[in-house]
Amino acid sequence: MPDKVKTKMIRVHIMGKEHLVPEGLTIMKAMEYAGYRFIRGAGCRAGFCGACGTVYRLKGDYKLYFELACQSAAIDGMSLTQLPFVPANKATYTVRLIKETGNPILKFYPEVARCVSCNTCTKACPQQLEVMDYIQAALKNDIEKAAKLSFDCIQCGLCAIRCPAEIAQYHVGQLARRVYGKFVKKSNQLNKRLNETNKGKFNSELDELMKMDKAAIKQKYTERDLESLAKKK
Amino acid sequence: MKIPYYPGCTLKAQGLGFETSAIASAKAVDIEMMELQRWNCCGTVFSLASDDLMHYIAPIRNFIRVQEAGYDKVVTLCSMCYNTMKRANLLVKNDSEKLKTLNDFMYREEDYKGNVEIVHLLELLRDEIGFETISKKVIRKFNELKVAPYYGCMLTRPKEVGIDDWEEPQIMENLITALGAEVVDDPMRGECCGAYHTVNSKDLVAERTRMIVTSAKNRGADIIVLSCPLCEFNLGTRQKDTIEIYSDFSGIPVLYFTQLMALALGMGKEVCRFDLHYVDPRPLLIEKGIIEEGEEKNAR
Amino acid sequence: MYLKLSVKNTESDFVKKIEEISGENLMKCNQCGKCSAGCPSVSRMESLPNQVIRRVQLGDESVLEDDTIWLCASCFTCAVRCPKGVDLSKVMEALRLLTLRKNVNYTQIEKIPRDELEVLPPIALVSNFRKMTS
Ligand code: SF4
Ligand code: SF4
Ligand code: SF4
Ligand code: SF4
Ligand code: FES
Repeated sequence: MPDKVKTKMIRVHIMGKEHLVPEGLTIMKAMEYAGYRFIRGAGCRAGFCGACGTVYRLKGDYKLYFELACQSAAIDGMSLTQLPFVPANKATYTVRLIKETGNPILKFYPEVARCVSCNTCTKACPQQLEVMDYIQAALKNDIEKAAKLSFDCIQCGLCAIRCPAEIAQYHVGQLARRVYGKFVKKSNQLNKRLNETNKGKFNSELDELMKMDKAAIKQKYTERDLESLAKKK
Repeated sequence: MKIPYYPGCTLKAQGLGFETSAIASAKAVDIEMMELQRWNCCGTVFSLASDDLMHYIAPIRNFIRVQEAGYDKVVTLCSMCYNTMKRANLLVKNDSEKLKTLNDFMYREEDYKGNVEIVHLLELLRDEIGFETISKKVIRKFNELKVAPYYGCMLTRPKEVGIDDWEEPQIMENLITALGAEVVDDPMRGECCGAYHTVNSKDLVAERTRMIVTSAKNRGADIIVLSCPLCEFNLGTRQKDTIEIYSDFSGIPVLYFTQLMALALGMGKEVCRFDLHYVDPRPLLIEKGIIEEGEEKNAR
Repeated sequence: MYLKLSVKNTESDFVKKIEEISGENLMKCNQCGKCSAGCPSVSRMESLPNQVIRRVQLGDESVLEDDTIWLCASCFTCAVRCPKGVDLSKVMEALRLLTLRKNVNYTQIEKIPRDELEVLPPIALVSNFRKMTS
């Protein structure tokens, strides 16, 4: 009879309540093991959507750490909570109408001028971005730098929840990237694709989809072949 | 000489001509200004609360950047940056406990040791280069252009950070003379332009602008020169709002001292960016025969 | 305006707090008025700068309610001119902070018109927000 592999169990505190969970799970899986069901605060489960921000502290350490629940492992003795959503300020603007003059960032997010360069946002970023540097670049009207430094942002909002100046860094970064795409460096591929779309290149495929019933769409989706799709390009 | 240079936010936007004219004219007198890497906004105003620490992080982080670059001196152009950074520096130099707390907070950075000095470009020109040396390099004639220097608040107050006497400064007067222009003696040169009230009390600023600009003008000034992009905005761009409130008001151009210097040293439109000023100085400069008609047309 | 003078007021927590935050000894002021003579915002102030310091000396908390402290431009004219070495600009800041530290802003950032934001240089916004938002 083969030896039963004994999984080591670890102790995690989820929103103040202690749970025993098997070692080696992500925080998200550990929470599910403990009986939590994710209705909000989980999306891609692959580190891309930014829905699963988590804040934790380790035993014997005063610091708070910030991670994605789907990407980082549960650690023995950790105490954690989820922050699925941040009610941060998001300006409304029409990219088409944004003018190049002045500082477009300060126009829509004047609070960027409140940054005190404390670097707390950078410390909170699970993507290890230089968040302070991109906010500072935005303040200096260096759109290119702000766009490039924020490129890997997944909009989790953890920076914003930490900022003493109440800045919504991720929305600022997004605006910087939009302005960058509009004025600084226009994307050739995008223009090409927009032209194709306008000329109706995809109309027949879309029409076909519109005619299918739900079951057929489901089947098409499950049978899709990502590799050959990629090759077809 | 080579020296790291701290620009400040506005010199990358509305104050671009301040930066470009400063770098070019400093170079002409053998100062190579190298922009500091990863500098951040200094906060522009010094926190006056004895129990505050948060607002010193920004200036001190900039001193860490100078230290990282291996220098013990940094030059700045904007009066407000100068004032804020100098006061923060003095504060931590005299209070090792506060310095330690700040260093501990910024644990990801190397510790600031308190050995960096911040100077204003005017000080560098006076003390390291000498106005006499500068005057020998003057190429362009100013043809009796009358210039009123404007110090505002941050270059001379408070006493411990002032680059010159706080009631009777002479540093800009001496530079203007060295550059071959005529100095206008103006008692309003140290008066406040209304500063940040420009955001929510335009009328207060208009009142100040009217008083300050009119005083210079009544004493015969053709232009005002200064060293702060906020003063430039209030005394220059806000002339538009001043005329709306005081219909009898009429203004004069407002320039940075570095633009005057660049002109004197033979440079022009490529570094001065006169196009960024609300009151266009070019017609006056053409009329005085300082720049030529058409010279401004191919300005960037 | 009537003000009740009592030791209770002049030694109140309010006075102590202002002395603590500003780091200034308010009692040094002898009401010479030099600060008010040089203040750029004085034409709009409800109380003159020297009156502000007097009211704080006497523990008059209502000084927080008038616009005077918000009209100060932190120009340091009063600070360099005071013959008694009082830095009134620090007292003004301490008074503003009593309000700001309660998470109340004087500048309503969201009310600044967007066409103004297009012309205002960063230096104006940064300094204004540092002095008038919490
Ligand atoms: S920048 Fe902010 S929102 Fe973007 S990934 Fe980092 S913490 Fe999340
Ligand atoms: S947390 Fe906020 S104030 Fe601090 S550096 Fe980041 S954006 Fe600036
Ligand atoms: S100048 Fe000084 S002593 Fe005179 S009233 Fe003002 S604060 Fe008081
Ligand atoms: S610091 Fe404030 S109170 Fe003092 S003179 Fe200047 S504006 Fe007036
Ligand atoms: S669930 Fe999408 S990033 Fe974690």
